[in-house]
Amino acid sequence: MANEFVKAKTKEVRKSTIQKAVIIALAYVGVIALVSSGVLGYQYSSVLISVAVNIIAAVSLNLVTGFLGELSLGHAGFMAIGAYTGALITLHLNLPAPVEIFLGLAGAGIMAAIFGLIIGIPVLRLHGDYLAIVTLAFGQIIASILNYVKSITGGAAGLNNIEEYTTSDHYLLVLTLVVLSVLIMSNIINSRYGRAITAVRDNYIAAEATGICIRNYKIFAFVVGAFFAGIAGFIFAHNVGVIKPSKFDFNMSINILVFVVLGGMGSIKGSIIAAVVLTVLPEALRGLSDYRMLMYAVILIVVMLFNNSKLRKRLVEESGLKKLFTKKKGEA
Amino acid sequence: MTKMKKFLSAAVVAAMTISSLAGCGTSSKGDDTTLTIGGIGPVSGPAASYGTSVKNGCQVAVDEINKAGGVKVGDKTMQLKLDFQDDANDAETAKNAFNKLMDNGMDALVGCVTSAPCIAVTSLSEKAKILQITPSGSQKECAQFDNCFRVCFTDPQQGTAMAEYIVNKLGLKKVAVLYANSSNYSQGIKDAFVAKVKELGGSIVTEEAFTEGDVDYNTQLSKVKDAAADAIFVPAYYTEVSYIVKQAAEKGIKIPFFGSDGWDGILDQVSNKEVLEGATFLSPFLYTQDDAKVQSFVKAYQAANKNATPDQFAADGYDTVYTIKAAFEKAGSKDIAKLEEAMTQIKVEGITGTMTFSKDGDATKSTKLIQIKNGEYTAIVAE
Repeated sequence: MANEFVKAKTKEVRKSTIQKAVIIALAYVGVIALVSSGVLGYQYSSVLISVAVNIIAAVSLNLVTGFLGELSLGHAGFMAIGAYTGALITLHLNLPAPVEIFLGLAGAGIMAAIFGLIIGIPVLRLHGDYLAIVTLAFGQIIASILNYVKSITGGAAGLNNIEEYTTSDHYLLVLTLVVLSVLIMSNIINSRYGRAITAVRDNYIAAEATGICIRNYKIFAFVVGAFFAGIAGFIFAHNVGVIKPSKFDFNMSINILVFVVLGGMGSIKGSIIAAVVLTVLPEALRGLSDYRMLMYAVILIVVMLFNNSKLRKRLVEESGLKKLFTKKKGEA
Repeated sequence: MTKMKKFLSAAVVAAMTISSLAGCGTSSKGDDTTLTIGGIGPVSGPAASYGTSVKNGCQVAVDEINKAGGVKVGDKTMQLKLDFQDDANDAETAKNAFNKLMDNGMDALVGCVTSAPCIAVTSLSEKAKILQITPSGSQKECAQFDNCFRVCFTDPQQGTAMAEYIVNKLGLKKVAVLYANSSNYSQGIKDAFVAKVKELGGSIVTEEAFTEGDVDYNTQLSKVKDAAADAIFVPAYYTEVSYIVKQAAEKGIKIPFFGSDGWDGILDQVSNKEVLEGATFLSPFLYTQDDAKVQSFVKAYQAANKNATPDQFAADGYDTVYTIKAAFEKAGSKDIAKLEEAMTQIKVEGITGTMTFSKDGDATKSTKLIQIKNGEYTAIVAE
């Protein structure tokens, strides 16, 4: 019995490795083709980077919200830490670009992870609504601190003229970062750790009874989520070139949460698709001028309703799309 | 295999969505008969009123210029076309908007309306060699590159001008300051103001901070009252100011109030206009000003915008378009080096004052002050 299970598992792993390789290759070919052929123009080339930032942010929040099952409303706070740490590193060091980028990325991720740990240890004793409120407060605290430590962070004015390492001119670097981040996170989900994390979500009493140390796994998921939020923050800062504390507010956290919820909690590809569509949408709606954000909100509501409607179920069942939408158990 | 197909189809769907959307972004480059002026500012979100005003102000100028025959660039006469994009007061969106305008074949940029998006766009406009003039981006870095200019005052310029007026002209030496430490605008004006007051021999008796969005200012105002100041300076936007002046009146603070251009529109924010009596603030534009140019602008603006009253942002937008016109006519070409040189040589007689521009991008123009007398805005001349 055990042997068969192992065999089946190995086969599954091998298959999913091939799939991942194919998707990654497709992503590279697709993006390179789109950018170099000039179809995207200036506008959509720059949107590509926003898409990348949002993908990493959404997938990392999904780790906490979708897989661990804890609502976090402070994700923008971790992005802020990553953005500021990375920007301060690249602003103050005068090293060759690749070295600066590497140090900045490492610093951004690690600093955000450290904050994730500091916040996580006391906070993850709480559940559900309580945790959500505390993470919300955390996001606000970060913004206030960034406002207050004027000598380092520039206060309300923020940091300007950050080296633009991750603009659309460097899309391959950004794409690689996205691929690596998503790959690492999806591998974590499919590992022993990931199974433990989802076990905690599904039934923490049962999980505890089987010997899973709930606290450690919760903190682990939280810290990994924070790390990649920091990476997303780094890319954000070095794309826009200007960061202000007011940017990383409650709204930004909610926006990321929207990607996760719309894409489906606990679905990495859902998060990716939602991040792509919802980032491109407001840009594509520019033609509507004044009604742009209104239409965006309306579309959001319609998609949300559609996602939970019987109509969708029927459509999915009748058409050949069933395979695309049905979720298998334990699948990422 | 089924799983792989699933993934493949998802990837293909995503790719197709992107590529189909991409199709609508491209359009023809500007030709020899039209000069496309791009604009970026918030027309949605909390800062929407600023962007909308600038957009409408620009449109009035564009229509006027086109009606009068257009812009003469070298030996060609061109019609202006305004292409205004929303940035929702967000730096990232502003960059996307700029790139959209590049796809649309922009020749010069009015923008951005707010500071952070403006700074974010400067590096793009520098690279793209586009003349960028911000109507209202007052933070110093908004005009940081050679191709970037501004029509409004910088924050420090406002602080300095108010300090000179209060200490030198009015002879009020003991000044209290109330500012928003969460706002870069407020901080920038305050820092320059404090430095200038001290330089002129005045003293800052108390310096109190608040956060944007506060509604209770009793603590700060008590300190101001105890400090026995001659004047109180509040560089902030009208939302906060409306609470401050009301609570100051309740506390019996009788010293005169002074403010920055964020006060524009304050009279509509208070129910009892008496609390504002005698308050003075700096503003580049007053719609009731007795000036033929100002009045013709107000008339055109109201005709085009359902009788809405133009504010300083509308006036800044209007002047920015005329500045661009002057620069292109002087340069006689779309070449950025010639345009940069032309900018420092032109003199624009706008409705916010007569402006000349320095190489570092800042406008030099006279200070206009507005005092509230009998519940109405009244222009006073500083010099």
